[in-house]
Amino acid sequence: MAQALQRAMRDAMAEDPTVHVMGEDVGTLGGVFRVTDGLAREFGEDRCTDTPLAEAGILGAAVGMAMYGLRPVVEMQFDAFAYPAFEQLVSHVSRMRNRTRGALPMPIVVRVPYGGGIGGVEHHSDSSEAYYMATPGLHVVTPATVPDAYGLLREAIASDDPVIFLEPKRLYWSKAEWSPDAPAAVEPIGRAVVRRAGSSATLLTYGPSVPVCLEAAEAARDEGWDLEVVDLRSLVPFDDETVCASVRRTGRAVVVHESAGFGGPGGEIAARVTERCFHHLEAPVLRVAGFDIPYPPPMLERHHLPGVDRVLDAVARLQWEAQS
Amino acid sequence: MTVQELPGATAYPAWKIRTDPAPLLPDPEPYRVLGTEAAAGLDRELLLRLYDALVHGRRFNTQATALTKQGRLAVYPSSTGQEASEVAAALVLEDRDWLFPSYRDTLAAVARGLDPVEALTLLRGDWHTGYDPRERRIAPLSTPLATQLPHAVGLAHAARLAGDDVVALAMVGDGGTSEGDFHEALNFAAVWRAPVVFLVQNNGFAISVPLAKQTAAPSLAHKAVGYGMPGRLVDGNDAAAMHQVLSEAVRRARTGGGPTLIEAVTYRMEAHTNADDATRYRADAEVEAWRAHDPVRLLERELTGRGLLDEERRGAATEAAESMAADLRGRMNAEPLLDPMDLFAQIYDAPTPQLREQSEQLRAELEAEAGR
Ligand SMILES: Cc1ncc(C[n+]2csc(CCOP(=O)(O)OP(=O)(O)O)c2C)c(N)n1
Repeated sequence: MAQALQRAMRDAMAEDPTVHVMGEDVGTLGGVFRVTDGLAREFGEDRCTDTPLAEAGILGAAVGMAMYGLRPVVEMQFDAFAYPAFEQLVSHVSRMRNRTRGALPMPIVVRVPYGGGIGGVEHHSDSSEAYYMATPGLHVVTPATVPDAYGLLREAIASDDPVIFLEPKRLYWSKAEWSPDAPAAVEPIGRAVVRRAGSSATLLTYGPSVPVCLEAAEAARDEGWDLEVVDLRSLVPFDDETVCASVRRTGRAVVVHESAGFGGPGGEIAARVTERCFHHLEAPVLRVAGFDIPYPPPMLERHHLPGVDRVLDAVARLQWEAQS
Repeated sequence: MTVQELPGATAYPAWKIRTDPAPLLPDPEPYRVLGTEAAAGLDRELLLRLYDALVHGRRFNTQATALTKQGRLAVYPSSTGQEASEVAAALVLEDRDWLFPSYRDTLAAVARGLDPVEALTLLRGDWHTGYDPRERRIAPLSTPLATQLPHAVGLAHAARLAGDDVVALAMVGDGGTSEGDFHEALNFAAVWRAPVVFLVQNNGFAISVPLAKQTAAPSLAHKAVGYGMPGRLVDGNDAAAMHQVLSEAVRRARTGGGPTLIEAVTYRMEAHTNADDATRYRADAEVEAWRAHDPVRLLERELTGRGLLDEERRGAATEAAESMAADLRGRMNAEPLLDPMDLFAQIYDAPTPQLREQSEQLRAELEAEAGR
């Protein structure tokens, strides 16, 4: 996946001279995850820039660059290190188009490696999507597959709006059949995709939890459950249509994500589904999320991260009628 | 492998002092021109242009303050007393340059040629910018403190990459210099040698907090040396000194010399905004002492003393300012017409399905309201 992301930036930079990559260690080193590897060599340090170590400064400078007609692609080194840039994001990036009545759109991509499961020490495993989702004016997307990593990032860079591009870091090394020379077309930003068709319940998920849900769906077959897995891909805008079509068909839904459940994306998604599909539901929409705790130390993270068993437990609880 | 062999490392020891700090340090006294020997060499036309702009600016400030009392402006952070630095900031820029004002710098935008009604749009309670920033080369007046400074750096950097000799001038208050964005912007600008001029207006207070509680630095201009850029301390009420120092910094930036930090020492004569009670944190005597150092009076004294300002010229400046004020009053008295459906415009390039739904909801509510 890291290679697909890198290729997306490279192709975008080759096609459009206004695309600039910037961040900490993105140049000579190629980023701590090597996602920007080779870009500085190929396009020069003016187009792939090692900035001073200051997240608000990076994003704030990107705002000014966008005002002058560039398309900055900003890398935040890790999820929790994007927090110093929050003020720029919330007070300027997300609302510049609105406050200037369209005169200053912000075609900025903020790439954030997010989520856990890689044994990172503290502040290296946060899932911060709820904060971004709560900020009007931002698009929030996250790929779960290698083709999506390429396709979604190309779309994000081409978008005239700011896009928070959440990269599931534990999928960076996922290998999949993918041809960098003929990247397959993907669904646009704002569209969810059914990754596995099924009839007895829908798993609504995104990013690092997609492979978990796919695995759970395979395991559930033995128990007689035919699970549909919907990869949301885009949290803002949200694809009510695809999600609701699936839930109406299956009558049951579980939202699965890594970030804390309380105040998390699952609450919003469950509420939307309930409001729109109430008469089709055979059971309440359930949530499987990370615990409501600061991200735990790596030696305990496997207990925190929703895995296949926890998803299957929730699926079992969907037999609501039988229980009540 | 030694450190020196690592890619990106240079043979130059990392701990070695890289720049002689002496030329970067500000003079201990604010730079002054008016009333000194140096004033004799000043260009008469420039002084008269500054004078017209000061008279105009003062009248704009008193008119905008009056509009708050009539309820026509939601709020107005007055720059009365600071006109010299506001006006000079606008006049030193070429058309292609960019101004990055804070919420107190409406006057700088007006002095740059922005229609006063457009400049006051935000403070009236209408959509934030009443103008197209790209067309005017004036960024939106920034309400969060110091956050506009990194924007100025990014824009100036982008312009330089494009080969354009554009300069960005960014304004911030003394309180704003404590914010992290101030630090990050100055550091970026110096490292990138971005063509930026940072203008700090030290008007004594951040709302109620005096400078002594804001910083322990010898002066705000001294902060520059830590970033590797020159710091300049100027009498912010001396329009000629402000114009000189700013011009020099703009020239330096335009010719690839990098950023400059300028501290204008001035005073806010009115309260922070019309909502503030300045008597709680400062004495009348202090305000009166500064009144003797009024920027308009300073320049007027110089011009009169040198026989450069006659009654006719003075009258023409006052008259032009009065007619601007009358026009502003008249146009601000018209009730602005806002379309509620505009709430959903320009959130994104194309509205999300969620926003489309919500705008339909509002449309229905408006129709029901109209039908009632
Ligand atoms: C980030 C942020 N914090 C707090 C405020 C509230 N606030 C508005 S003006 C102000 C004082 C600013 O003082 P200074 O920078 O000296 O500028 P001045 O008002 O004197 O021009 C404060 C605290 C704000 N606008 N932004």
